[in-house]
Amino acid sequence: MVLSANDKSNVKSIFSKISSHAEEYGAETLERMFTTYPQTKTYFPHFDLHHGSAQVKAHGKKVAAALIEAANHIDDIAGALSKLSDLHAQKLRVDPVNFKLLGQCFMVVVAIHHPSALTPEIHASLDKFLCAVGNVLTSKYR
Amino acid sequence: MTLTQAEKATVVTIWAKVATQADAIGAESLERLFSSYPQTKTYFPHFDLSQGSAQLRGHGSKVMNAIGEAVKHIDDIRGALAKLSELHAYILRVDPVNFKLLSHCILCSVAARYPSDFTPEVHAAWDKFLSSVSSVLTEKYR
Repeated sequence: MVLSANDKSNVKSIFSKISSHAEEYGAETLERMFTTYPQTKTYFPHFDLHHGSAQVKAHGKKVAAALIEAANHIDDIAGALSKLSDLHAQKLRVDPVNFKLLGQCFMVVVAIHHPSALTPEIHASLDKFLCAVGNVLTSKYR
Repeated sequence: MTLTQAEKATVVTIWAKVATQADAIGAESLERLFSSYPQTKTYFPHFDLSQGSAQLRGHGSKVMNAIGEAVKHIDDIRGALAKLSELHAYILRVDPVNFKLLSHCILCSVAARYPSDFTPEVHAAWDKFLSSVSSVLTEKYR
């Protein structure tokens, strides 16, 4: 799946709107994911997963930063996330299905906070982008 | 996800054997698909899906021919299956999840017929290869 020029500009446009709240959205995304898909908690036995947890906030910040990095290097997501890709392949080994779940929760968060910005076209481009990120992060699994 | 040289060689080697029974394997894979995952029949309202049906055999052959093409051009599966990719994107629109199911059924058929050849390494290489084929066939969907 390839991002068209239109997709890329849509992604950059939505990210310019959300980047000032990225950390907050990252944390909210995780919280929603843990609530809606409790099986995802399996990867965080070492975390306090209560609402407002400092660890979830910090981790949300990391996730958001990675997404912003990818959006900023949208012509070479694989290059930009190469280290993260290695990390997921060799250490974290998060089952690929969970990237979809995280992506969906992120979309929901964006939809809630920027309802008018998330038009069907932007939604489609953002979804494609999140899939591309997920693919990069699982590309070295085998 | 890319195939290593070793994996490509493995796929080509096992294909040489599979090709000798390609039509039978194709028909059997489809039969397995329709029995284990009846929802897949939705794409074939125009077919007689009873065991041994001529349409099943014909279609099984088509599927295996396409796989054979992909093996022959294993360094450029995208190029080899470009037309099929467009067919699936613009006309057939088979839900991507079904490619996993069909791939799984093909694996089972091959494993059943070549049990001693189907070592874990061969299994992994084939699975990766069929995943690549599936990716190519769904990459133009959006």
